[in-house]
Amino acid sequence: MGRNTVDIKNLTIKSTHESLIGGDFSAQELAEAYLKVIEEKNPEINAYLEVFDDVSAQAVRADERIKNGEKNPLVGIPIAIKDNMLIKGKVASSASKILEHYKAVYDATVITKLKEAGAVFLGRTNMDEFAMGSSTENSAYGVTRNPHDPSRIPGGSSGGSAAAVAMDGALASLGSDTGGSIRQPASLCGIVGLKPTYGAVSRHGLMAMASSLDQIGPMTKTVGDAEILFHAIRGADEMDSTSAPDDVHAFGADEKGRALVIGVPTAFLEADGLDEGVRENFNASMDKLRERGYEIREIALPNIAYSLAAYYIIMPAEASTNLARYDGVRYGLYKEGKDLIGDYASTRGEGFGREVRRRILLGAYVLSSGYYDAYYNKANAVRKLIRRDFEAAFDPSGGGVHIIATPTSPTPAFTIGERKDDPLQMYLADIFTVPANIAGIPALSVPSGLSGDGAAGLPLGVQFMAPHFREDVLFKVGKDFEQSLTA
Amino acid sequence: MIERKDVEKLAKLTRIEISEKEKDALLKDLESVLGYVSEVGNVTSSVPEDHAPERLRNVMREDGEPHASGMYTEEILNEVPSKEDGYIKVKRILN
Repeated sequence: MGRNTVDIKNLTIKSTHESLIGGDFSAQELAEAYLKVIEEKNPEINAYLEVFDDVSAQAVRADERIKNGEKNPLVGIPIAIKDNMLIKGKVASSASKILEHYKAVYDATVITKLKEAGAVFLGRTNMDEFAMGSSTENSAYGVTRNPHDPSRIPGGSSGGSAAAVAMDGALASLGSDTGGSIRQPASLCGIVGLKPTYGAVSRHGLMAMASSLDQIGPMTKTVGDAEILFHAIRGADEMDSTSAPDDVHAFGADEKGRALVIGVPTAFLEADGLDEGVRENFNASMDKLRERGYEIREIALPNIAYSLAAYYIIMPAEASTNLARYDGVRYGLYKEGKDLIGDYASTRGEGFGREVRRRILLGAYVLSSGYYDAYYNKANAVRKLIRRDFEAAFDPSGGGVHIIATPTSPTPAFTIGERKDDPLQMYLADIFTVPANIAGIPALSVPSGLSGDGAAGLPLGVQFMAPHFREDVLFKVGKDFEQSLTA
Repeated sequence: MIERKDVEKLAKLTRIEISEKEKDALLKDLESVLGYVSEVGNVTSSVPEDHAPERLRNVMREDGEPHASGMYTEEILNEVPSKEDGYIKVKRILN
């Protein structure tokens, strides 16, 4: 042990796999190298809520499999898991007090798949409570800090999963994305994040927030790594009736032999609150892609500006329903009240944090009989219009584009505490990411360099969106974009 | 718009105990968010027919092959805050 030092800074899943198979280092040595970084950096960054006590045992099993000829690209790869995905026998708390000691009684489908692949789970990562937030400040277990500047937030809700990878405390991680919770923290921490097409990855064993919007996806250092991890976790699942059949027909414009066309919804980018440095970086990014043969075209998505308003009706409505299950009866915290209803109220009053309470009440309001039509029904109608806008923009028969690009986040990482007491300001962090969830399309955030303003050196990201089940197009443009930055 | 008594009613409906002080804060937050989301009311375009019904299908499975009775009972009950003789125990609701 320890005879080989592992230079984890420059590892990718692909290069690590080659090293493991080639015997440059063992899965155990690799896991130890990551545990050492976590021990050093996690006390400040707080990316992990728990580092598992069986990491070494998992790595030993991976080494045995490698010795026996296992060639799965993920065998021995150290991965961090967001705290809202179930791993049998491990605590899964969604960073909430209401589930502080809850131990999962089964594996999420993504976990089953990664176990079969031989991945090593390092630990569970911090997040906004029940994935409700854009900064990880809503965790019941303290904020996660941005490894690029610890006075700033890492984004959220998958802030712990983003920071874990950014601080070299994991080679890759899984996050979940309901309105940007993979892509926004990936962008703010300078890593790659993919929200797959709705239905591409099973949600079985993911704690539900808003069931029509939630997706699990990879958070990695490179687009190639995201592709590997995505293919390992995707696929139909009889335990999730909304997972797509494996023979689902991908549609959208055929890109063979044609220069890919990237649409930019220019009017949408004029929205208030887009940081000037982010705008310049985005324009420069499009120039780089133009140089690589992409055509950049201005497009209109007439209803996209209403995405965030529709989202903040649909999401709380679904969340208020989904979170009704936390009542102190079957699992989690129990706080005694004067009768059974009192038990529920005191358990939920004590166990849920401020933002969760806010969204449950908001959801109950928009679903109540007097307001249902004005809010929930209207939001669903707007959702259909937004989906239609995207389908029209991608329509191959109408000369549609292959990809739509926007900045991932309207600003670089903000400072801790800056927006905590203003929920609306916090919600605006999701303005560019929410439309993909509303439409169910896949979207990828790729690092696009550093901001050049007073807060110099903060990571920025570009978001690419594609038609349903066209993750392949995202990986292609993402890789081309990565290369254009290093060229 | 939303009033303090609405917040109290919502808290009751959603079974969440909320302090007097937090009611005021929630009222302010909900007012601000509802003001913003009301924007959806400005959308006047006609709404398309149900989205791509040809891609929607029923997902059914055979209701058969149950697992052996009691196979998971212990594991599941391990997570239950209050139990007795293999049952979940709650306060009585009938007098």
